[in-house]
Amino acid sequence: MSDHEYTPKSKFGKWFNDRLPLLTLANHLTDYPTPKNLNYWWTFGGILTFCLITQIVTGLVLAMHYIAHADMAFDSVEHIMRDVNYGWLIRYIHANGASMFFLAVYIHIFRSLFYGSYKAPREIIWIIGIIIYLLMMAAAFLGYVLPWGQMSFWGATVITNLFSAIPLVGEGIVTWLWGGYSVDNPTLTRFFTLHYLIPFLILGLVVLHIWALHVPGNNNPVGIDIKKPSKDTVPFHPYIVIKDGFALLMFMIVFAFFVFYTPNILGHADNYIEANPLVTPAHIVPEWYLLPFYAILRSVPDKLLGVVAMLSAILILAALPWLDTSKIRSAVFRPLYRQFYWILVADVLILGYVGAMPAEGLYLLVARVATAYYFLHFLVILPVLGWKEKTLPIPLSITEPILGGSPNLATAKNKESLNK
Amino acid sequence: MSEKKTNRRDFLFTATYAVGAVGVGATIWPMIDQMNPDASVKALASTEVDVSAVNPGKTITVLWRGKPVFIRRRTQDEIAEARAVKLEDLKHPEKDEDRAVNPEWLVMLGVCTHLGCVPLDQKGEYNGWFCPCHGSHYDISGRIRKGPAPTNMEIPKYEFVNANTIKIG
Repeated sequence: MSDHEYTPKSKFGKWFNDRLPLLTLANHLTDYPTPKNLNYWWTFGGILTFCLITQIVTGLVLAMHYIAHADMAFDSVEHIMRDVNYGWLIRYIHANGASMFFLAVYIHIFRSLFYGSYKAPREIIWIIGIIIYLLMMAAAFLGYVLPWGQMSFWGATVITNLFSAIPLVGEGIVTWLWGGYSVDNPTLTRFFTLHYLIPFLILGLVVLHIWALHVPGNNNPVGIDIKKPSKDTVPFHPYIVIKDGFALLMFMIVFAFFVFYTPNILGHADNYIEANPLVTPAHIVPEWYLLPFYAILRSVPDKLLGVVAMLSAILILAALPWLDTSKIRSAVFRPLYRQFYWILVADVLILGYVGAMPAEGLYLLVARVATAYYFLHFLVILPVLGWKEKTLPIPLSITEPILGGSPNLATAKNKESLNK
Repeated sequence: MSEKKTNRRDFLFTATYAVGAVGVGATIWPMIDQMNPDASVKALASTEVDVSAVNPGKTITVLWRGKPVFIRRRTQDEIAEARAVKLEDLKHPEKDEDRAVNPEWLVMLGVCTHLGCVPLDQKGEYNGWFCPCHGSHYDISGRIRKGPAPTNMEIPKYEFVNANTIKIG
């Protein structure tokens, strides 16, 4: 943060700022130079902040009425739905909010993949982001257990049993996680505690994520380093604030559609049946946002290796800045990578689809091929592309390809793809 | 500074770190161990079941330590089938004689050893149990025959208190 010196105008402001430079921080956030070519894919950071705050506020309110006890949890959720003033609204916002949060985070992650935002010097931003994503999955899983329905109970059983795949200590760890010999009241109370804690951990990491972002500044669709501030940048306020605000409004329309018109479409009907430790529902599936990883877990016929494959699929993302050996950030100038990028998107969507289907026959075969391709993309294709691919020439500045004067004809021609 | 000689100060540092580590460990352990099963959970460790009403070819499910236990009264055909299986055909070789000491009664944890779902009775390709979660097939002795589960369904500690009563745990 190499800001110009800032001095508050008022005498009190000066006095305060000398003791706690909050006004300097506010000034930094307002004037923060942002690339002027950021498109709408860049608005999801703001949208995600909104999602986090929505989950914290609605969660706080739900916790005032929810009872974390195996005998009462299910009824207390129904009590929220039927008796508590606007309880139905608050719970539907919270439940669908989790899905909206993941929708936004997936767009945010895939934007990063397309424009190479994870590359130097932004590796730390990326890794903090992956940790946030892991914590989001933990929070979502823990939260899904709290209503104590059939899917809550059996989802908790299956996921905690993943740890039993660890040799020697696995069973001990599972008993420790449960606080008993099965998922029961001790499990529920600790899950509630952790579900309450994690959003605040995420909040702290979001601050670090933004802090780390403000050191090099935003990447941009062209993916080149720009001078800041310069003709290539605009101040964050009002330009980006307005653009983020508009995108947020559009996002809230989608959000509201789910909350008010199909509040249960992303859930499972089985979760409106109270938990029963004697009967497993016929078809157990996790929430949609975990399906690709679930497909990877099931595609490996060995218990331990299945769990290892699933965890690797997530953790491999943290190594991405080093697996992608290309010096060019944006896929706009990487004709081959651009194609592999879309194949990866399709691959993840296919994994998500087969993850929701029974693990047998053709579905299992497709899941295995898609799992193999997923790892192939990160472990082979990306490193090889870095030195095989013939990239297009990149412009010297954001303004150059638009205003012309480029010494390179191909760059000027490439203008069209930039404007997309 | 370049001299690498152990002196009294190094010893004091090492001793301080060691005592500090023990102190930190001793403080953290109660925080970790409080999550293990508590005394009230352990106290519910055994259950007695009256099995006089169970007919041959039927299974009852009882709850023990929060987990389902299958108690199946097997028919003569089922016993013969279970005992005829060759050990080399099994993923987790166990003799039926060891799993069901009284061959008529199979008492086992109704928990799939893959990820803990409850398998369905009289389903699957081996005439035993089938887990709907990830497709593990068990035979009439509760042994894993096909699918992702690594081991046979577990046999809990149990005994016949009298001809009609089984004590589990």
